[in-house]
Amino acid sequence: MAKITASVFTSHVPAIGAALDLGKTQEDYWKPLFAGYDFSKQWMKDNKPDVIFLVYNDHATAFSLEMIPTFAIGTAAQFQPADEGWGPRPVPVVQGHSDLAAHIAQSVIQQDFDLTIVNKMDVDHGLTVPLSLMCGQQDPKTGAWPCPVIPFAVNVVQYPVPSGRRCYNLGQAIRKAVESYDEDINVHIWGTGGMSHQLQGPRAGLINKEFDNAFLDKLINDPEAAASIPHIDYVREAGSEGIELVMWLIARGAMADVAGGKPPKLAHRFYHVPASNTAVGHLILENT
Amino acid sequence: MPLDKPYLDVPGTTIFDAEQSRKGYLLNQFCMSLMKAGNRERFKANERAYLDEWAMTEEQKQAVLARDLNWCIRLGGNIYFLAKIGATDGKSFQQMAGSMTGMTEEEYRNMMISGGRSANGNRVIGEDGDAQAHRQPQGVAGKKGN
Repeated sequence: MAKITASVFTSHVPAIGAALDLGKTQEDYWKPLFAGYDFSKQWMKDNKPDVIFLVYNDHATAFSLEMIPTFAIGTAAQFQPADEGWGPRPVPVVQGHSDLAAHIAQSVIQQDFDLTIVNKMDVDHGLTVPLSLMCGQQDPKTGAWPCPVIPFAVNVVQYPVPSGRRCYNLGQAIRKAVESYDEDINVHIWGTGGMSHQLQGPRAGLINKEFDNAFLDKLINDPEAAASIPHIDYVREAGSEGIELVMWLIARGAMADVAGGKPPKLAHRFYHVPASNTAVGHLILENT
Repeated sequence: MPLDKPYLDVPGTTIFDAEQSRKGYLLNQFCMSLMKAGNRERFKANERAYLDEWAMTEEQKQAVLARDLNWCIRLGGNIYFLAKIGATDGKSFQQMAGSMTGMTEEEYRNMMISGGRSANGNRVIGEDGDAQAHRQPQGVAGKKGN
C-alpha cells in the first residue's frame, strides 16, 4: 500500500528560480534565503520519496482565460518546463506518474471532488522552483529530479478561489486515495505558494510577518484553525496574492493526524523576508 | 441579488474576480499572446498595429501603450497576465509591482529589504496607511509639489 510519509510547504517565487538559474545564490541578498534550504536538500536525500504530489498554481502559463479549472491533476507521462516569457527555466523535464495520478483522480472524484484531468500541460515556476529549492540545481540535460512528480494545479488567480476549508478536505480525500493504491510506495505531498505578498496596485509590497508566523504555528499545531481562515482574512492581512496559502492546506489535510493518527513531527521551519516581493515560508512535517 | 464581495473595501487592491475577468478577457488574452517569441517581436515592431488586431476597447489599448499597470488592472487586467508585457519589455516582477506604487525602483526595493509594506493602516479603505488613495503616489514622487 502506498503511504504519505511527509509534507513539505514552501513559497515558489519566480525570482528564486532566476537567482538559481543566473548563479546569484551566494549574493548577499539571496544567501540567507538559500541557507534556509540547506537542511531540506539533505533531508530530501535522507528521505527520498518515490513520488511527489506537488500542489501549486499555474500563473497564466498553461491555463489562460480560455479555461480556468479550480483543481487540475496532471496525468501525463512528462511535463515540460514552460516558457513564461523570459524563456523556459534550464531545469530537467518533470517525469509524471500516470498510474498513481489516474488512481488518485478516480478515487478523489468518487469522494465528490470534481477534478479536471490534464493529459498535456507545461509546468511553470510554481512547480519547478520548489523542486529546485528542495532538490538543488539540476542540469537540464544530464540532471534529473529525484522521482516522478504529480502536478496538481489550483486556481488562485481568478476569484473566487477554493476556500481553505475545501482545500483541507480535499487533502483528506487525497490521503485516502493514495492509501488505496496497491503498490508499496512512499509519497510526499507538497503545498506551495505564499506567504504574504501583493503584486498589484498601490498596496503592492505588503508583507505581514505576524500573520505569516501565526499561520505557520496553526498549520503545525492546529490545522483545523488554519482551515477556518476565510478568504478575506488572507486578502486583508497577507495581500491579494497571499491567498495562495490555501494550497498549503491541501498538503496539511493529507497528514495522518487529521484522520485520527499521531501529530506530525516538525523536521524543519524557516521564514525569510524578502524574496523580491514576497515573504518566504518553509516547513517540513513528517508523519510519525 | 448582489454577489458577496467582501474585498471591495481593501485599499489599493483590485480583486480579479469573475466580473473583472469578463471585462479584461481580451486584454489578458492579448498579454497571453506575448508568450510566443514571434508575437513579442511583432508587438515590439509596431505596438499599435499589434494591439489593433485585438477587439479590445480603445482605453485598454491606451493603458497598455502607457504601460500604466494600475490603469490596465482597473480595465480588467490581471497581474499574472500583464506580467507578459513586462517580460517583453525586459522588466522583473519587482519592477512591475513597484511601478504601481509610484515609488522609484530603488525606493520600492529598499522598502522590501526593510521588511515590506505594513498591513497597519492598509486593511480597510479610510485608514491612514501608505496604500490609501489620499497618499498616492508614494515615495519621492508624492513629495513633489507639496
